[in-house]
Amino acid sequence: MRNVVEAEAELKALMLRARGGDGAAYAALLKTLQGHLRAYYARRLGRSAEAEDLLQETLIAMHSRRETYDPSRPLTAWVHAIARYKLIDYFRRHKRRAEDPLDDADALFGAEDASAAEAHLDVERVLHMLPEKTRRLIRDVKIEGLSTAEAAARHNISESAVKVGVHRGLKALGAKLGEGEGE
Amino acid sequence: MKTDDLIAALSADVAPVRPRAVALRLAFGLAAGIAVSAIIMMLWLGPRPDLMPATHTMPFWMKFFYALTIAAFGFALVDRLARPGGVAGTLALLLLAPVAFMAAMALYRLMEAPPDARMPMMMGQSARVCARNIVILSLPVFVGLFWGLRRLAPTRLMLAGAVAGVLAGAAGTFIYEFHCTESTAAFVAIWYTLGIALMGALGAALGRALLRW
Repeated sequence: MRNVVEAEAELKALMLRARGGDGAAYAALLKTLQGHLRAYYARRLGRSAEAEDLLQETLIAMHSRRETYDPSRPLTAWVHAIARYKLIDYFRRHKRRAEDPLDDADALFGAEDASAAEAHLDVERVLHMLPEKTRRLIRDVKIEGLSTAEAAARHNISESAVKVGVHRGLKALGAKLGEGEGE
Repeated sequence: MKTDDLIAALSADVAPVRPRAVALRLAFGLAAGIAVSAIIMMLWLGPRPDLMPATHTMPFWMKFFYALTIAAFGFALVDRLARPGGVAGTLALLLLAPVAFMAAMALYRLMEAPPDARMPMMMGQSARVCARNIVILSLPVFVGLFWGLRRLAPTRLMLAGAVAGVLAGAAGTFIYEFHCTESTAAFVAIWYTLGIALMGALGAALGRALLRW
């Protein structure tokens, strides 16, 4: 899902099935939207409890008012209008100067957020293809940011073993990701 | 509650959506309001005594045409504004078309009438109560429409409230026409329009507070 057009086609198909009463399609739709919405609110409010509350409020509003979606119009525009309304309403409630966000559906479904979120998912998935030891090393050093010495202490191995393990793991990861792109 | 749990809970309960669900909900509020308004009109004012013969005259139908075209365009607009991101667009101009038409007709009739007949044409017999009566008969419809809108998702609250008010005003006018015996275009263009405009103003004033979701 690299741009709004592709997101639109995929999400709209899910929404149309959900409107027919398909709970699985609906769950898939909400899960996808959750990622977009979380990034949308996080960019404006930071990764905070407020942003998460707003995300949940938006999901509930979308759910209880889903009959207001007109299938002859883009779903992304509908979702964006709700997200934006909830954001402005939040600013109003908190007496913060409502800096009316002059964005459009691209801000919610554009490449930037979506690819960041999906890249994260990809890394998690590919990490699981590695042997467990290597996976733990990479997670500690490259994701949690431990130093080589700390990782060595945690896993009870030498620092050079950590370096070699991480290096091999990354190389393997690179190969796996390369395969993934070819699919 | 964790967001994943929330999503699971929401998708466990996903009733199918009826086609035209927004229009149905608004129509239900509108119809219920009109029914209440009609009962109030019957008990409080009563239908005009010459109702049957009046149906053979042009002014009677002209007045209905006025109220019903405003109501029809108003309904189409509310249906649009009840949805997230809904905008008025050119439909808003259509809503003004019947008003412009009635104003033009009133001017034409006034110009061709002798000067001392003009004031009676504009004031009729009931100028002092007309707009007030229309507002009172519009209130049940206003409540019905706001009931519907509160379950929908307007994002331009003041505008949605104003148009719902105009629609309620046109519906109240429709009911009032069964009572009112006035027959000049000038009277209709001034006092009917005033009643409808007052309802629009009421809707605009209350939209922000009542339509938030």
